[in-house]
Amino acid sequence: MSETVLLSVDGVSVEMPAGSMVSAAILKSGICAFRRSVSGEPRGPLCGMGICFECRVVIDGEPHCRSCQTVCKDGMDVRTDE
Amino acid sequence: MSNTHHACDVLVVGAGPAGLAAAWRVATSGLRVSVVDDNPAAGGQIWRGEQAKPSSAEAQTWFERIRSVHIQMINGARVFQQPEAGMLPAETSEGVCELKYQCLVLATGARERFLPFSGWTLPNVMGAGGLQALVKTGLPIEGKRVVVAGSGPLLLAVAAYLRGRGAEVLLIAEQASSLQLARFGIGLFSKSSQAFALKQQLKGVPYRSGCWVLAAHGDEKLERVTLVRGGKRWEVACDYLACGFHLVPNLDLAELLGCEVDRGRVKVDEYQQTTVPQIYSAGEATGIGGLELSLVKGEIAGLAAAGKRDEARKLFPILEKHRKFADLLNRTFALRDELKHLPAPETIVCRCEDVTFERLRVHTSWRAAKLQTRCGMGPCQGRVCGGAVEFLFGWRAESVRPPALPVRVESLIRGETE
Repeated sequence: MSETVLLSVDGVSVEMPAGSMVSAAILKSGICAFRRSVSGEPRGPLCGMGICFECRVVIDGEPHCRSCQTVCKDGMDVRTDE
Repeated sequence: MSNTHHACDVLVVGAGPAGLAAAWRVATSGLRVSVVDDNPAAGGQIWRGEQAKPSSAEAQTWFERIRSVHIQMINGARVFQQPEAGMLPAETSEGVCELKYQCLVLATGARERFLPFSGWTLPNVMGAGGLQALVKTGLPIEGKRVVVAGSGPLLLAVAAYLRGRGAEVLLIAEQASSLQLARFGIGLFSKSSQAFALKQQLKGVPYRSGCWVLAAHGDEKLERVTLVRGGKRWEVACDYLACGFHLVPNLDLAELLGCEVDRGRVKVDEYQQTTVPQIYSAGEATGIGGLELSLVKGEIAGLAAAGKRDEARKLFPILEKHRKFADLLNRTFALRDELKHLPAPETIVCRCEDVTFERLRVHTSWRAAKLQTRCGMGPCQGRVCGGAVEFLFGWRAESVRPPALPVRVESLIRGETE
């Protein structure tokens, strides 16, 4: 396994150490508002452990993925602001 | 989507210290044991990502123990309901894994307690353990300005960890008073050298007792926080606020399986058996007590589940010793009443449904509030606001309904029909 993986966050390439979580990749790309709340507030990760659901994004077309529990993979396409 | 099946003598839910200790004891007793966990790797929160690179001798010892026996690890799988006795379906990215068992050990751990204050929903305001988890899983923190706040020994561990990774930790704000902490200090230093090591790592970082965050400010993300201590208020500019108010046990699965809950924790007897036969529980789910207590509870649960009650009894004195420490811990970091006045009328309490404090406070129970406002009915199912409304209003959740987590419709259908 290579030491790093390359994925795309909202169309921008991000390189991460292998084993990193998608949530960390999104923050590293400079985005901290992962989604909008029901009343339109910007939201980002809170709990970091799969409980709060604030970090959910679209990963490879699948909506509502918790980015803090999804490991980065080469070629992954991540979309925020679902 | 594919469906897989799996059978074992003892199934452990949760791969944190308690779950691993239970599994190891079961495995060394010669029974077939499986551990299911929703994270991609074993270790729980405290040993997150440490399987390959343990940060302490204790973690190393336990990971070696786990590797020395046969334990079936099922990672990245979330248990969400129990359609029949002796079987739990768990959702994975590929489908559903059906786990058949004779005996169950629930080691579901704890989560941080979050309290609402103005601006706490801004991006980059996170839990203390939350930010640590993100950094452990790849977030670069070097040079970032971080305020660590809330309550509990976790704040120190998080601050030391972040500092070690290059963060500029501006301040640790602990809501407990200096008097409370002094009592804890006596207990803590008599117990562990770890506390001393932490102190060294945090040299130069201000640790303020009786201090908390009044508000977080920013437009699209956090820019600064307002702190208060002894009536004095001041602002600090920062990139991240890592804020958690000690821990609350994860009870949903135990409640879903019909286990009795008492004073906010899974009720167990001296062998860690719940009120449901063949179901044991260990670790933080049975009361917040820290790593050592979780490990010994896990060992007792594992031995008892394997039918070795005599051996389990031998560990009772160790458990008693650590329980005393846990009691001291929980007394020391009890939340002060002033924190109940943190939310402004327009502060959001339920983040999933954006329900404000003002809309909630007119109700007399969580059930009434849920029906009228949808508080606690979003994707997190009250896991975040539950700990808050319990503290703010004294409301306790009255029932847990399946599925315990949002799952794919096909996962539910499979669970129902097979």
